Amino acid sequence: MPFVTPSTQRGPYDVIIVGSGAGGGQAAYTLCMEGVRVLMLEAGRPYTPARETPMFQTPDMAPLGGSETLDKDKGFYDATVDGGWDVPGEPYVSVPDKWGGHFTWWRARMLGGRTNHWGRISLRNGPYDFKPRSRDGLGFDWPITYDDVAPYYDKVELLIGVYGGDTSLENTPAGPGGTLLPPPAPIVSDHLLMKRAPRLGIPVLPGRRAVLTRAQDDRTIPARLHPGKSRAQTILAQAMRKRSPCLWATPCGRGCGVAANYQSTTVHLPPALATGNLDIITHAMVYEVTVGKNGRADGVRFVDATTGRHEHATGRAVVLGASACESARILLNSKSGQFPNGLANSSGLVGRYVLDTVGSSVSAQIPLLESLPPLNEDAADGLQVYVPWWLYKEQLAHKLPFPRGYHIEYGGGRQMPATGTFAGLEWLTGGSYGKKFKEDARRYYGSFVYFDGRGAMVPNDNCYVDIDPKVKDRFGIPVLRFHWQWGDYEQRQAVHMQETFGALAEAMGGRMQTPIVRDPVKAVSPGGYMIHEVGGTMMGADARSSVTNRWSQTWDVPNLFVADGGVFPYNADKNPTLTIMALSWRMSDHMLERMRRREL
Amino acid sequence: MTDRRTTIKLIMAAAAGVPALRARANYNDNLEPGAAANGPLRAFEPTKRGYGPDPDLVRAYEKGAFWPLTMNAQQRRLAAALCDLIIPADEHSPSASAVGVVDFIDEWISAPYPKQQQHREAVLKGFTWLDGESRHRCARPFAELHEGEQRAICDRICDSRRAAADLRGPAQFFALYRNLTAAGFYTTQAGRKDLQYIGNVPLTHFDGPPVELLRKLGLA
Repeated sequence: MPFVTPSTQRGPYDVIIVGSGAGGGQAAYTLCMEGVRVLMLEAGRPYTPARETPMFQTPDMAPLGGSETLDKDKGFYDATVDGGWDVPGEPYVSVPDKWGGHFTWWRARMLGGRTNHWGRISLRNGPYDFKPRSRDGLGFDWPITYDDVAPYYDKVELLIGVYGGDTSLENTPAGPGGTLLPPPAPIVSDHLLMKRAPRLGIPVLPGRRAVLTRAQDDRTIPARLHPGKSRAQTILAQAMRKRSPCLWATPCGRGCGVAANYQSTTVHLPPALATGNLDIITHAMVYEVTVGKNGRADGVRFVDATTGRHEHATGRAVVLGASACESARILLNSKSGQFPNGLANSSGLVGRYVLDTVGSSVSAQIPLLESLPPLNEDAADGLQVYVPWWLYKEQLAHKLPFPRGYHIEYGGGRQMPATGTFAGLEWLTGGSYGKKFKEDARRYYGSFVYFDGRGAMVPNDNCYVDIDPKVKDRFGIPVLRFHWQWGDYEQRQAVHMQETFGALAEAMGGRMQTPIVRDPVKAVSPGGYMIHEVGGTMMGADARSSVTNRWSQTWDVPNLFVADGGVFPYNADKNPTLTIMALSWRMSDHMLERMRRREL
Repeated sequence: MTDRRTTIKLIMAAAAGVPALRARANYNDNLEPGAAANGPLRAFEPTKRGYGPDPDLVRAYEKGAFWPLTMNAQQRRLAAALCDLIIPADEHSPSASAVGVVDFIDEWISAPYPKQQQHREAVLKGFTWLDGESRHRCARPFAELHEGEQRAICDRICDSRRAAADLRGPAQFFALYRNLTAAGFYTTQAGRKDLQYIGNVPLTHFDGPPVELLRKLGLA
């Protein structure tokens, strides 16, 4: 029985993993497939996508037409369980920035964590993204290079299934060939962007998302990922055969009941469980890593949310994959006489240099796309194409007022009508109602496109988390306090995004209801909004200037590792999840190697 | 997504320069702006009357499944008349009220969430104004007016950007009500059909648009 309780756990375990999302899920997969006995602790409830995913439900089946509420911040059908911008009973504190803005923190309390609802956008960091300081003198270099991580990008893409196109564009790498699935066909609005953006010198590439555009090759991939390990190959092949290719319908954010996209609960955990080496305790809210007299981690303490009891789980090594900020919280709360400032914090850098993604958006209405004939444009649920950052040379020559780039996530099409689809059309219709309004709805339906800029953030001293001195959550655990301040670079970058969107909309013959935003403070969305927070346990070249080393291993406690985005010393414009998985796999391989050498 | 009260609260908190507890405890009560920031810190309390953070997503819900509908018979008559003035039957699809939009709007304005509670206030106030205007002009409630009489009233408030200064409130109500009517109508099967939405069906492959269409649009 893989799902166990505090009283039925079957120790001793080799490794305790805290968290079941991208980082924890990948670590469990890699370790269990190699015979390591793992106990995974998840703060939320069990979650079964095949049974719980609203695959073809229409908005009229949901309360309020499925629209957002404070109970379901991204709409009724969003996969997130017991989470969102607020988690019941688990507050956090946010210190306002100098403009009154606040960091907001998205969490999920469910098996698989935020991988159940994420956008599935899977971009590799490029060579520059690992050595940003060497390139422009700002922030921190990673202690590793693209070449160190590239083999793990290959493996993750093969395992989870990522569609995309190979490119030779600067700092926009793809694998050696054969790791990506074919990209989906572009829809009409995609063709318009592909036609017009190049006139502005802006490239358009096939998108990259963790969606199966065709069945995975279960005959060759298992052998490539687990050479010489016949049992692991068999288990993976069976798991791959249980996944369906994309049905070209129903939004990925609901999760996928046929496992056509990646979520930890459908891709990482089933094969890990099938090995028999993985036990999972859900409702386990971890708050402390315990350390033995020898200075090594010997387990974690957690509250069983079903009983309220405090429990202890032990293992030979501990992996934190609770999410960047939650893992920092656990370390900061792991105080003892030996570690008065929290565990693994001799550098004083736990919680420091938290990063998010710079976000800025514009919507435009495109007359050319009005009154199109009936078309099924559900496609891959977005990002059939995207715009990678294209001004590296200008940036290097200091021709731009910000040092790092952004990419543009683009969408449009005749999507399933939702409650907001025809709201606020007065600027186009002149306030029509009656039969004219119905004609206008037909005319404008599907004629809107959306540009979402996603930009790199330079680390700064004002963005960090610490423990609030007063506030505790419902378990009595001290909560995080967020400090946040976008830098000038990010704000200027957001204005550049707005100007680019305006130029693209114009090139597509579009119009906008309101002018683009040129106020730098208003152009950038609040910290945390992109749900890309990383850093806080950054990796680096030495113990003085970082929390973890090149293997995601804490400098201070040799058998304590961080598998989530906490280890990022820099957040490039590329969405972090793919890199989290690649680094977690790399970390797990290193753990295996040390276990073989009996160092762990 | 952020309701007005929360926004005000955050602005007040920022102005006061004190950390705000990022938890929206004040769903249902009348917490004054700023109270959470300056008063005792409170943990988030899930809504007592909403559907909570972990509803069953797979089953289909009748309107009113989570909270009672609250419109009275007179309000429902007016709601239906205004729905159908905005979305009448035509050769493509039935009218809004014929596909349950009155229930949709009733569920919406009866919901316990802050945004919907604000909409409730605006809609009921708008109803009162509309019936008052009807009685003043024609000595009958709005629902009993002929279409021409209804249009004579609504033509003055149908575009909030052009409405006279003294009609700005009613115009905002009309814009909101049109949004709600469209939200209810176009999320039904009839609404999807009217728009010729043909997705949300499983496909074995996806080929993109026909090349003839792309040629016609100059995109081939």
